[in-house]
Amino acid sequence: MFRKAFPALAIFILLLPLLAACASDQTTGGGDTITYWASNQGPTIAVDNQVLSQAVKDFKAQSGITVNFEVISWSDLFNRILTADFSGQNPDVLNIGNTWSATLQATRAFLPFDQTTMSAIGGQDRFLSTSLAASGAVGQVPTSVPLYGLSYALFYNKAMFKAAGIAAPPSTWSEFIQDAQKLTNPKTGQWGAAIEGGSITENAHWSFILSNQQGGTLFDQKNVPTFDSPQNVKAIEFYTDLISKYKVVSPQDAEYSTGTQAPGDFANKKAAMIVFQTGTIGTLEADGMKPSDFGVAQVPVADPLPPGGKPIESHVAGINLSIFKDTQHKAAALQFVKFMTSTAEQIKLNKIYASLPVVKDAYSDPAFQTPVMQTFETILAKHAAPMPLIPQEGQMETVMGGTVKQLLAAAASGRPLSASDVQAQLSAANQTMKADLGLA
Amino acid sequence: MSASRATVQTERAVRQTERQPRRPRVSKRAIPYLYITPAVIFELFIHILPMLIGIAISLLGLTLFYIHYWTQAPFVGLQNYGIALNFGGAAGSALFHSFLITVAYTILVVGLSWVLGMTAALLLNGDFRGRGWFRTLFLIPYALPAYIVVITWSFMLQKDNGAINALLSALHVSNPPFWLVGTNAFWSMVMTATWRSWPFAFLFLLAGLQSIPSDMYEAASLEGASKWRQFLAITLPSLKPVNVVLLLVTFLWTFNDFNTPFVLFGQAPPPSADLLSLHIYVSSFVNWNFGLGSAMSVLLLIFLFIVSLVYLRIFQAGGASNE
Repeated sequence: MFRKAFPALAIFILLLPLLAACASDQTTGGGDTITYWASNQGPTIAVDNQVLSQAVKDFKAQSGITVNFEVISWSDLFNRILTADFSGQNPDVLNIGNTWSATLQATRAFLPFDQTTMSAIGGQDRFLSTSLAASGAVGQVPTSVPLYGLSYALFYNKAMFKAAGIAAPPSTWSEFIQDAQKLTNPKTGQWGAAIEGGSITENAHWSFILSNQQGGTLFDQKNVPTFDSPQNVKAIEFYTDLISKYKVVSPQDAEYSTGTQAPGDFANKKAAMIVFQTGTIGTLEADGMKPSDFGVAQVPVADPLPPGGKPIESHVAGINLSIFKDTQHKAAALQFVKFMTSTAEQIKLNKIYASLPVVKDAYSDPAFQTPVMQTFETILAKHAAPMPLIPQEGQMETVMGGTVKQLLAAAASGRPLSASDVQAQLSAANQTMKADLGLA
Repeated sequence: MSASRATVQTERAVRQTERQPRRPRVSKRAIPYLYITPAVIFELFIHILPMLIGIAISLLGLTLFYIHYWTQAPFVGLQNYGIALNFGGAAGSALFHSFLITVAYTILVVGLSWVLGMTAALLLNGDFRGRGWFRTLFLIPYALPAYIVVITWSFMLQKDNGAINALLSALHVSNPPFWLVGTNAFWSMVMTATWRSWPFAFLFLLAGLQSIPSDMYEAASLEGASKWRQFLAITLPSLKPVNVVLLLVTFLWTFNDFNTPFVLFGQAPPPSADLLSLHIYVSSFVNWNFGLGSAMSVLLLIFLFIVSLVYLRIFQAGGASNE
């Protein structure tokens, strides 16, 4: 009996993973239940779980639809999406970093938000136009919609500024350097500013902002990389000069890469200024700073702006929502997206996460009328541009951000960097990017 | 009544058995194969199949444009291999640079691990009080999870707050260097990997040392051989079978090391620490070019296979001639 049953049993065991996969398909495909992958927006994933539990509870009360959500850390989210994209074992709705929007759009796995779909979630006019601009490649139907808005701004320590006799935050880079030099005293471990020089993402964002101010771009209109253009060389040289020439940033910062080290130095009065994103407010408060301890101002710009230079102070940062095209619950997924981007929910969620609403109406709430939030809003609405919306945006960040990381490391080791040093490194990066794009 | 019916049935069964001589259902020759069948099936699923899929992917233009509809990825033949092996191109020269870094890293880590492991094994092979305690202590780096080891080293290697530079400052070294950025990143990686892998060499070599008969050393001592001469003439030749396996295994592990550079430097390591495994990972999972990444993996596989084969040929042949 056992001998007869053994082959069948063996086949059953071997096929078990396959059956399990089919079974999971069945469970996600039933009734009014959708799955949602959320990104980590709060100080911890536990906080996110708490916040989103309430949100999905409210959504169920409204619509009768159950949302099974999972909060995924930023370090894992991209690979989880990649795996889901490849295997087809995907959630219905998910959060994405908005700089990934063109990359994910190119995989053709996501639902296009065309006119009809946009109408189903309340229309595109209610969104902030800059945030909406970072939801897919230019000229194509977007495959995501904004959820949380973020932008860079200059954070400065009020007490340190007062002690140094500085009345107002700098609005140009020349003023920034002057103020930072007044605030720097390496002997006491105090520096004018702090940066995350080891972070490829931060470096890529700085490159983009400074390049725009110098009148450059990272790609030309045909999407050919222009990393080594004279404007970009000037932009990156200035960035490395913060350590090597002006000596207003600690050489140690060339190693900082966690996204919390520079804000940590700022909170501990080791640095008087940082240029960071909206969500940093929560980190600073967690590090013991009171909101009255720091001011938030617009990011300095070059003065005068060189020919072609734009007063860009931030890329359009933020988190978007996407729907997998394969979803068997398209209507429920759209309803959920509509709910998450509704004015009421936008106010609630962005208040908790200290981020910016992506729908215009939400700004009427007093929480977003404070000087701090208004500064962020001004930057996002008037002085922000989307990072290059190309499918290879991730490669661009790795190549450009990685090269700037090496240049900062060289600057930090005490070797003064010339324009030709920067030019040589950026040319090499440009060749690598061209090769990644199949252009070399 | 029922008892007599049962008896009749039994007799009938016995007669049938007598008529058809009992043959074993499975021949004796098949039994060993049946024993290894489950292992072969799992080997197929766990190693061979993924390897074959990897080779198949290397022949496809599987980029991000085809991730979701991967069955539609175009067949590109050996194009990915051409890109990887075109050392004049950006991708090929980066791969070659990564290969050279990996070779240097492997030679240093394997060499240092062997020297440290051998030294510790020789010291702890003697009989002295506390020997067991030391043996346990030396094995701790190997017992710790790789991630914990590397992340601890990354803290120790920080410029201003790290223990290494604190020590250098205490020794009056002015302006201690960066360890995690720039060219020193290579040495940081070598230090970390050596610290993690030398206890394995120690364990292996200690076991080998214990199998060498002590009377050989006694005879050599009587003949007036120095300790160094005994090491060269008795210890090393006796450990040859152990060393052949140990060096091959540590070579393969080190050449394929991913944890050390990834945990120390993330997905954008300094050029001095761009090991092949991480380089391939970036090609595949950051650039989403799985075709090119797979071609690089297959080239790595071929290289390691050839090196292992040549190595075993040389040392097995040497072993045979010794015998």
